[in-house]
Amino acid sequence: MSEMSKTILIKPIFKENPIALQILGVCSALAVTTSLQVTLVMCIALTTVTAFSNLFISMLRNNMPGSIRIIIQMTVIASLVILVDQILKAYAYEISKQLSVFVGLIITNCIVMGRAEAFAMKNPPIPSFLDGIGNGLGYSLVLIIVGTLRELFGAGTLLGFTVLPTVANGGWYQPNGLMLLAPSAFFIIGFFIWILRERNVEQIEKNEFPMSAHTAEKGAH
Amino acid sequence: MSSNVNSVANTLKIALILCAICSVVISGAAVILKPMQTANQILDRNKNILIAAGMFDPAVNSNADVASMFERFNARIVDLDNGTFLSDEEAQRLGLDPLTYSESAAKNDPALSDALGGEDDVANIRRRVKYATVYTIDNADGSFESVVLPVSGYGLWGIMYGYLALEGDGNTVQGIGFYDHKETPGLGGEISNPRWQAQWPGKHIYGDNSEVTFAVVKGGGPGESQVDALSGATLTSRGVENMIAFWLGERGFGRFLNNEVKG
Repeated sequence: MSEMSKTILIKPIFKENPIALQILGVCSALAVTTSLQVTLVMCIALTTVTAFSNLFISMLRNNMPGSIRIIIQMTVIASLVILVDQILKAYAYEISKQLSVFVGLIITNCIVMGRAEAFAMKNPPIPSFLDGIGNGLGYSLVLIIVGTLRELFGAGTLLGFTVLPTVANGGWYQPNGLMLLAPSAFFIIGFFIWILRERNVEQIEKNEFPMSAHTAEKGAH
Repeated sequence: MSSNVNSVANTLKIALILCAICSVVISGAAVILKPMQTANQILDRNKNILIAAGMFDPAVNSNADVASMFERFNARIVDLDNGTFLSDEEAQRLGLDPLTYSESAAKNDPALSDALGGEDDVANIRRRVKYATVYTIDNADGSFESVVLPVSGYGLWGIMYGYLALEGDGNTVQGIGFYDHKETPGLGGEISNPRWQAQWPGKHIYGDNSEVTFAVVKGGGPGESQVDALSGATLTSRGVENMIAFWLGERGFGRFLNNEVKG
């Protein structure tokens, strides 16, 4: 693999993580991360869809009329998502039941559309495909971290196996109910972004405007 | 080149070709995968019936056991208004087959369901089907070893679907199982927890006057028709209680149990 393809594949994982830097695809990161198994399937589904939608859109890019560009992208993405949904229903029925509408909602996942528009429209098929996989992996990394923490502290299990026996099942661990609700994913993603930006200082955005000093000191009363 | 790509003719051409290819791929996949999906749905339904009847333990049994275990059950359609089993001729006349009849589809068909209003709609399900599939294990003398009824009711976030298994007396609970619900994981979602469901077997639905006395109560459980409510899920617990009250009442399976089961 050439140096360039490697960069395209690795960069979105830490340096340009779609969730942590571009803040794309957060909606599904909140919704499907209550259990790790569901999270993993969602990650595989999203990575597949992003990679192939990038590939097909990049193949079509030179013949794509500008006026129906977005519609073509949506058609390709929607077809892929329906395909993934059908396959899940046939081969992984129980997981597809838990994911329910969220597989369908990959269509509206900002990462897929964002990468199609930002990368695949300007680059040849193979790099586009790798970019799709890279961004899918970046998304997966965040989701797996969030999913692991939420399932472990919210239910005391990992992938359904008991790690911390809960009080309800005769153990000692009192599960943290907040972990099972959507806001906890917000906090975890927030901490993740914090840690990432402590390490990669260049990710911190400049202030858009200077904050003025507090007026109370001057005796506003 | 670029003006050619953006011409109206090319726009139409690309749009048509793309639509044609995508629809062929999607419908092809749907047709090819359909048999497997249907098989999965039936397997899932049968498994939930077995779980409700207390015959299937997910920790011990696998999906492969479902088919052989389910053979003991007979599926028959019940007319809820008359409270009787539909005869084969009647079922044929209505075009209903117990193996394919789906309550969820019938619920949207005005010919097979009617609207519930106000006080009648205890379980908040809006429409009630006129016919429902009941699964039974029959004894040689015509009585039943087990009667499994489909039940549904509104919880906190949406309708909960499940099966309630009764013993042959049409009163004692054998078990309950939910196969679809949208309750909060860890709170209302605990209705799927086998530890909570373990309270159900042996409880009685009806009191002395054949009225539904079954209740989901806080700090309860010892009464012969009470189970303990879920902590932090008052509305879900109330939803479960209403669901039982509706489906085992007059408008649900009440008449059927009186006519065909308790007999």
